[in-house]
Amino acid sequence: MIDFLITPLKYEFIVHAIAAGILIGILCGIIGVYIVLRGMSYIGHGLSHAAFGGAVIGYISSVNLYIAAGIWGLLSALLINLITRGKKIKADAAIGIVTTASFALGVALISRIRRFTKNLEAVLFGNILGVTTEDLVIIGAVTLIVIIVFFFLYKQMLFVAFDPESATVYGIRVNWIDTIFSVILAASIIVSLQVLGVTLIAAAIIIPASTARLLTNNFHKMFFLSIIISVFTSVAGIYVSFYLNAASGATIVLLGALIFTIVLIQNYIHRRIMEHEHVHVHSHGGIVHHHKHIDKEEHRHEHKEKA
Amino acid sequence: MQEQTMIEIKDLSCKYGNNEIFKGINLKIEKGIFAGIVGPNGSGKTTLIKSMLGVIKPTNGKVSVNGGLVKNRPSSNIGYIPQLEAIEWDFPVTVEQAVMMGRYNKMGIFPWPDKKDKRIVRDVLERLSIIQYINHHIKTLSGGEQQRVFLARALASEPELLILDEPTSGVDLKTQHDILHFLLSLNKKGITIILITHDLNAVAAHLPWIICFNKGIIAEGRPEDVFKPNILKKTYNADVTVLRSGSLILMANAKPLNTDD
Ligand SMILES: Nc1ncnc2c1ncn2[C@@H]1O[C@H](COP(=O)(O)OP(=O)(O)OP(=O)(O)O)[C@@H](O)[C@H]1O
Ligand SMILES: [Mg+2]
Repeated sequence: MIDFLITPLKYEFIVHAIAAGILIGILCGIIGVYIVLRGMSYIGHGLSHAAFGGAVIGYISSVNLYIAAGIWGLLSALLINLITRGKKIKADAAIGIVTTASFALGVALISRIRRFTKNLEAVLFGNILGVTTEDLVIIGAVTLIVIIVFFFLYKQMLFVAFDPESATVYGIRVNWIDTIFSVILAASIIVSLQVLGVTLIAAAIIIPASTARLLTNNFHKMFFLSIIISVFTSVAGIYVSFYLNAASGATIVLLGALIFTIVLIQNYIHRRIMEHEHVHVHSHGGIVHHHKHIDKEEHRHEHKEKA
Repeated sequence: MQEQTMIEIKDLSCKYGNNEIFKGINLKIEKGIFAGIVGPNGSGKTTLIKSMLGVIKPTNGKVSVNGGLVKNRPSSNIGYIPQLEAIEWDFPVTVEQAVMMGRYNKMGIFPWPDKKDKRIVRDVLERLSIIQYINHHIKTLSGGEQQRVFLARALASEPELLILDEPTSGVDLKTQHDILHFLLSLNKKGITIILITHDLNAVAAHLPWIICFNKGIIAEGRPEDVFKPNILKKTYNADVTVLRSGSLILMANAKPLNTDD
């Protein structure tokens, strides 16, 4: 077992990949909670696809990949805004059109050039090879910024996610929070592209947070569980990717999905047991009746007259 | 004189898309008053409040709260209790976390509350008799308890103005009564209160000021002055019988429903 974990560390590329995996795990764990609770999953999906178009253009015109993807993402966001302003096209449709077209542009450009096909696969599905020290510095910087932002805006983010309208009344600048979040989301996606892959990144963000949601009804706990699950799946996924020689984005997402499924089943069984155990009979006002407690904390029940 | 006014609304208009909800509203609410807003479903009561508070952007007009102009958000301490239908009950927050949100604006830059914040939240929960649910998920409470959670959140913010959107809908008679009396005691301590409700008889009995609203202000004044058949007819587009006995005012749907419609 120890050998299983240590052997790969002889290779520098795998050390880099694991370091990247830990950072990206933290990043996705944090971002995911907010995305899941605000119901913004499709935005993560859209952003990664839009960024891909930019990354390819950057690659071809030898502009820095991160800068190109960033500028392209920004342009896409403006375009989406412009399309929805007419009010006939809703945001989800506009995001679908702009980001998929941007993705298609990337695919068209890259598949025209033969020697890129290997890279195409890597960009689409994630690759643990070739995480450079420079990449690590950039991923580390973005992770640090996200941690700092969430530390200082944790309260505001929680309030806005829960009840955006009241948050305004209680003095929170909801628009600022939304804007800041969009920026860190875009930055996180761009720096995670290499390891997670364009098509799998949204799932890698959503799965740990969703799993954490199943495990607790307490926001603070959900936040930390999401980070722990996310770091675990990305590091473990990178090991699996190494041993099976499979795309890292795929192994990370599959591992996450596996854990999610286990928790889901465990939740279901737990609920069935609770339902079973909490059926109780009691009487008030001379009427005897019985009912189930659906949730362990649920003490509310309807009193139906027995026929 | 400025200091006497809590809310001043000038020429306020609101639209959702092309759907105009109301136009050119002027309203003044004095400090220390307990005002009730009544009107039929869909008449724009919630919209009026939201536009007053900067939650939605009015198409025209100005609102000042406590002398400060509301642009994107109010600058005063306002406790707001939204219509509970708008709350996402599956959201993972405990009662304590939900109520603590009322203190966020007063807390330091750190994400965690200090002793004072925790004490204030506990105190409010105790006053509203829901302290035993402090660590429960909000979804697991009963309707009346959930209502009190949001009242607690508002009180935790130590407001000068309290705005409640139908806090007595869906709760039993006793709880309605308790909530109203609790609000009256807050009002006595100097908090200005605006209450939207469908419970005409309760506000007639207890509130000093009533605003009848239906896509505009139909009338405002003391209950005995506005709860009259002609005003109620204009407000509700329906015949309402008003019974008076001394200072007691009772209102009821006058005619049996016309089954031919
Ligand atoms: N977000 C929205 N988008 C579009 N139309 C809306 C929106 N919110 C409310 N409306 C419409 O505006 C009108 C006024 O709604 P509002 O919620 O202000 O009424 P209300 O007086 O509070 O009603 P109720 O007593 O049922 O709460 C309604 O016709 C409603 O359909
Ligand atoms: Mg309403």
